[in-house]
Amino acid sequence: MAKYMLIMRSTDEAEAAFAESGVDFEEMLATMGRFNNEMIEAGVLVAAEGLEEADKGVVVDYSTEEPTVTDGPYGETKELFNGFWILEVPTIDDAVAWAKKAPLSGPGMKAEIRRVPTIDEFPADNEWIQAERAWRERTGQL
Amino acid sequence: MAQGARDRVSGAGEVPDGGTPAAARTPAAGGGPQEGPAAGRRAVEATWRIESARIVGALARYTGDLALAEDVASEALAEALVSWPRDGVPRDPTAWLLATGRRRAIDAFRRRAGRDVRYAAFARDLGEGGAHAGAAHSGGDHPDLLWDPDRIDDDKLALIFTACHPVLSKEARVALTLRVVGGLTSEEIARAFLVPTPTIQARITRAKKALGAARVPFEVPPAAERAVRLGSVLNVLYVIFTEGSSASAGGDWMRTDLAREAIRLARVLSRLVPQEPEAASLLALLELTAARFPARTGPDGEAILLADQDRRRWDTAAIRRGRAALARAVAAGRGLGPYGLQAAIAEQHDVAASVEDTDWARIVRLYEALGRVAPSPVVDLNRAVAVSMASGPGPALEIVDALAAAGALAGSYLLPSVRGELLSRLGRVDEARRELELAAQRCGNERERAVLESKAAALGEPSG
Repeated sequence: MAKYMLIMRSTDEAEAAFAESGVDFEEMLATMGRFNNEMIEAGVLVAAEGLEEADKGVVVDYSTEEPTVTDGPYGETKELFNGFWILEVPTIDDAVAWAKKAPLSGPGMKAEIRRVPTIDEFPADNEWIQAERAWRERTGQL
Repeated sequence: MAQGARDRVSGAGEVPDGGTPAAARTPAAGGGPQEGPAAGRRAVEATWRIESARIVGALARYTGDLALAEDVASEALAEALVSWPRDGVPRDPTAWLLATGRRRAIDAFRRRAGRDVRYAAFARDLGEGGAHAGAAHSGGDHPDLLWDPDRIDDDKLALIFTACHPVLSKEARVALTLRVVGGLTSEEIARAFLVPTPTIQARITRAKKALGAARVPFEVPPAAERAVRLGSVLNVLYVIFTEGSSASAGGDWMRTDLAREAIRLARVLSRLVPQEPEAASLLALLELTAARFPARTGPDGEAILLADQDRRRWDTAAIRRGRAALARAVAAGRGLGPYGLQAAIAEQHDVAASVEDTDWARIVRLYEALGRVAPSPVVDLNRAVAVSMASGPGPALEIVDALAAAGALAGSYLLPSVRGELLSRLGRVDEARRELELAAQRCGNERERAVLESKAAALGEPSG
């Protein structure tokens, strides 16, 4: 078993197209809810969060010597991070199979899938890793 | 631009299907995790893990025959294992498997039509060429119509009920449920039960024959049969769980998977029959029991008794889920059945900070109630242990002596083991030693035997 993060991504254009499509909010909740519930029943869903609109967020940019803080919406930014699921499944292929079932569609809508390494893959003799492990144990994450 | 990015990402492993030239469909060899023949095989396996119950369920509804559905689903799976690595993963993998399974089912019906009147009518319905055929059964040749989202839950429930049908032996029910509802292969089931693969294959074959011979319909049982049939389903899931949670040697990881699978199936079932409190109760029992798994073995795989477990290692999320399920069962207001009472006992342990902090008086009452709804000497023995914690060894010994006098649990090490413990606490050392030695003789598990022997030895040499 490994953990994979399914990262929901879109673009400004995709967001605008979605807003104009007039999809019923209740309907969207229902389709997303059914998808989430299927993963819960399958015992693969570890965590999931959706994020508030990008225009209410900020970006901290480190390209300059002193980091620059920009309020949303980010006219220049082509890719938006909208939320994530963390699944615990045997292989990345299972994560892909779940991602294909997600109720997401349209140009620019994407899910990026990345494995989440476990704490065991980091050097056990490193004090920071030990501290992190202690925190994970304390908070029931291990 | 977004378009360029889409081309690069190629839809997370999606390989174009039908209509694309063969050269373009052949995935590049030796590529990343999403390319090459190996990726095709892995995609088949992943799709099967997620969708097998739906696929077999939909095919069983279509054919009205679970055994045939399982056969043709297996054939479709075998075909996918050849074709996906070669031609690429179809755009909709589940629909592909369904359509292939459905074609195989039509072939089978045609073959059987000559031999068996049961299939003749069906084959006639299919008509010549089968283009508009099967309409009565599935709504035409279009595989999407076989795929009716509103029917998924009914199909899944019918699948569970049929696989757990009382005409089957208990072993057959377990194997068939894991195979058709859990999507496990015969090899995986065999590994989990520590038996040879042919044994499981034979069990499944016999089970399918038995369903056919008894003409068991593929359906959710009518109301009149519902309670009895649900009892069988719950029992099968419980057996799968206990098999997965018994701490026997070898293949330990796979057995934990088995327990997980039982919990998953119980979760699915409890949603499908929300009006049945015992389904929620079973889910609660499994969650509340599995919550303690992380603490019940030491670094060398040795068993750690409840009293010595590091309770910080218990799975708090599982405890929350289990308590929520139990609360649903209680809220039904019909009183708790055997699974519910066992779940309530597990809950008392799970919420206690230590053995001393445990509400043993409440556990005694729960065991009394359990003894009324599901009388068993093992329940009485457990009640005796709880009584010894709540009121001391004296009253507990009375219960155990009554069991012994009735000849209950004869030949089992459990009774002398508990009796020895109680006698030891009462200071009746010689009797305690004799009981513990007897328990050690009867105990099949090496580690437990060693514990019993050391307890007996700690009581010193016999006096006189």
